[in-house]
Amino acid sequence: MSAAAEEVVTEAPAVEAVPKRAMTLGYGTSLVVLAALVIIPLLVKNFIIFQMTMLLIYGLAVLALNILTGGSGQFSLGQSAFYAVGAYTSAILMEHVGMNYALTLPIAGVICFGFGFLFGQPALRLSGVYLALATFALATAMPQLLKLGYFEHWTGGVQGLVVTKPDAPFGLPMSQDMWLYYFTLAITIAIYVASVNLLRSRSGRAFMAIRDNEIAASAMGVDVALYKTLAFGVSAGITGVAGGLGAIAVQFVAPDGYTIQLAISLFLGMVVGGVGWLPGSIVGSAFIIFVPNIAEGISKGLSGAVFGVLLFLVIFLVPHGARQVAIVAQQLAAKLKKN
Amino acid sequence: MELFANQVLAGIATGAIYACMALAVVMIYQAIDHLNFAQGEMAMFSTFVSWQLMQWGVPYWGAFVLTVAFSFAAGIVIERLLFKPLAKAPILTNVAGFIALYAIINSVAGLIWDFTIKQYPTPFGSSPFLGSQLISTHQAGMIGITLLMLVLLFFFFRYTRVGLAMRAAASLPESARLVGINTSWMIALGWGMAAAIGSIAGMMIAPVVFLEPNMMLGVLIYGFAAAVLGGLSSPFGAVVGGFLVGIFENLVGTYIPGVGNELKLPIALALIVTVLVVKPAGLFGRAIVKRV
Amino acid sequence: MTAMLNVKDLRAYYGQVQALHGLNFSLNEGSLTTLLGANGAGKTTTLRAICNMVRSTGAIEFEGKPIGTRSTENVVRLGIAHVPQGRGTFTTMTVEENLQLGAISRSDKKAIVDDIERMYTHFPVLKQRYTQQAGTLSGGEQQMLAVARALMLRPRLMLLDEPSFGLAPLIVRDLFGILGKINREEKVTILVVEQNAQLALELADQAYVIETGRIVMSGNAKDIANNEDVRKSYLGY
Repeated sequence: MSAAAEEVVTEAPAVEAVPKRAMTLGYGTSLVVLAALVIIPLLVKNFIIFQMTMLLIYGLAVLALNILTGGSGQFSLGQSAFYAVGAYTSAILMEHVGMNYALTLPIAGVICFGFGFLFGQPALRLSGVYLALATFALATAMPQLLKLGYFEHWTGGVQGLVVTKPDAPFGLPMSQDMWLYYFTLAITIAIYVASVNLLRSRSGRAFMAIRDNEIAASAMGVDVALYKTLAFGVSAGITGVAGGLGAIAVQFVAPDGYTIQLAISLFLGMVVGGVGWLPGSIVGSAFIIFVPNIAEGISKGLSGAVFGVLLFLVIFLVPHGARQVAIVAQQLAAKLKKN
Repeated sequence: MELFANQVLAGIATGAIYACMALAVVMIYQAIDHLNFAQGEMAMFSTFVSWQLMQWGVPYWGAFVLTVAFSFAAGIVIERLLFKPLAKAPILTNVAGFIALYAIINSVAGLIWDFTIKQYPTPFGSSPFLGSQLISTHQAGMIGITLLMLVLLFFFFRYTRVGLAMRAAASLPESARLVGINTSWMIALGWGMAAAIGSIAGMMIAPVVFLEPNMMLGVLIYGFAAAVLGGLSSPFGAVVGGFLVGIFENLVGTYIPGVGNELKLPIALALIVTVLVVKPAGLFGRAIVKRV
Repeated sequence: MTAMLNVKDLRAYYGQVQALHGLNFSLNEGSLTTLLGANGAGKTTTLRAICNMVRSTGAIEFEGKPIGTRSTENVVRLGIAHVPQGRGTFTTMTVEENLQLGAISRSDKKAIVDDIERMYTHFPVLKQRYTQQAGTLSGGEQQMLAVARALMLRPRLMLLDEPSFGLAPLIVRDLFGILGKINREEKVTILVVEQNAQLALELADQAYVIETGRIVMSGNAKDIANNEDVRKSYLGY
């Protein structure tokens, strides 16, 4: 009986209320995934390694949105703006200041954290569609701001900036792509672990309390304003690091790389991965990187329609995203164990 | 001063486009409690259908009526086929569905009618309206049609039983079922009506922005903004919001130096967000009394 | 007297948790029956199962017709009004619109207008506030509105889920007085779920006691009120 009751808890339909235990993977599964991520690059070509790097980078950006939406219940269509700020911070520091690429990332993170925290202030008064519109405004404004003449000396205007790809340090016998992959992997793991711990901490509980019932949360003494803006800050900060990594990996930043389309992609990634389920971020990231290519491969003229149909198929089959697949798999495994 | 007055007038003329679209946005919001990102594309597709009918020799008003009827039916079919199965899915999954629908319609329209710009006729002519160079008879006609739709919608929601039932189903589905309302069909009906209103908006807008698969992109964003600004629960607010957004946009372009066409959108949106921060339910939205 | 509602072996589930374990009961036409039980006993679930708002199995017959597979709105359209817990007020609409919604499945326009007037005589407080947004009413007024809205259906059977919840004792007395009057004068069969057992037993003529999803006692309300176990567990003396 108690087992049945537990299953119901994990199956609860409201994605807005993922229990924190259900936000992560078990140790065994985590190790398998980690091993795969470490070993695969040794066996494949450079181009695929590059794609895997992008997979991790977008995975981080989706994770960041997941903390904001799945964690604190706020919705954002403005993630592309934070991503852009991170990317430009890294690019400008590397190319104009000559800073080491690795050092630019924490700076990008901190700047974006501040930016997100500030943006969270007016966003406090808004929720739902209103917040969506406000963040949407941010996302549409960003590419235009980057194109402005005032900043052209730094940003390179419409042309953007070319970024030098770093070599592997200490004379390690690795290609640039492979080094960058492992570098990104290390950062991704660090951020993932930190995020899991954040959501399990006092602050994480505060986020979730706000997500589930704002009025009740404030009645329990949660500083709603502080934690909501904090969630925006953390999310923006992680997105900024992802943006910085993205700039280094792609070796290029330009305003039109960070349009609303990117924000929408990240949103789709979150839904496909499962809102509030952090490991799903990587699945969502895979969806937004590979499915458009697959669609293009199936039909060039109708690639948009094919993409739309594939997306519909996914959400029909698993309305709760990859999280649902994981839960079903878990239940199957439990049943097999019993028999 | 004359410049200002002229810009306001021009703003009203563009605003009519947004008002038209905003009305469709509010309509769907009333029915499903959400913004449908594919709404602009649905309107674009309807407009192409009417264009095709005219190419086949159907007179303007005939094509108009047929298109509205087609759109109404198509809206219902889309809901039954694609979104009814998602009724129990989380909200954000539904939003993903809207994005998927957007991609599908845009891509299919591009394949059928390609991406070249097409002229679209207006039934009102395009001579200056009452001697003003800033507002044409078409734009005046569009304003007239928008206001007419507004009045009809007002009466529909306020004084008809179906309108009342739709509002009830949207605001509190469970209670609505408990008074005997088939809420699932109310949603389908809302989709149909939104699609029909959207098609009218599309046919009014097309002569101004020209007909092509991406014609609604900017319009929908301004339409959303207008609806949100006016208050999503109020068709009247949506129309006023539409005109205000049009005026905003024009004045921003005229008076703030260095603002090109591309920065107009973010600045207009920023202004709207500022308004929302002060008045979170929109200018005319009814604040909902919450009891805990 | 014939049984108006017949419930056999009703089982209900929330996800995989079973909330009702084979309930059997019936309501006589014109009766006022109360369903008593502690928190979590399954009272609300029983009412929700009758209106098919929760997954359930078993046979439910209303006036001889099986209704177990009908959708909620179609059950309601047979003349079963359900006043849910928390009242289900359409808070953004006016009081009058709420009343009109109660009659939305009826088509006799003239009678509806008369019925609204009749509600205003039953519940004078609603008349004073008929253009007011329903969300601005007090808890007691909203409960009156919920009952009035249910009556607008001209129901044959009315299900009430804890109508006394959160109301001042005086208002509860008022409300129960009105319920009794409706039962007697308008011949509406009533099933009321209550935690306020004393008041419910005073008002009702039949009573069922439900514990952990099973009916454990049934009979005449007076007999139940005098039963020692019931007195100890529900009446507190």
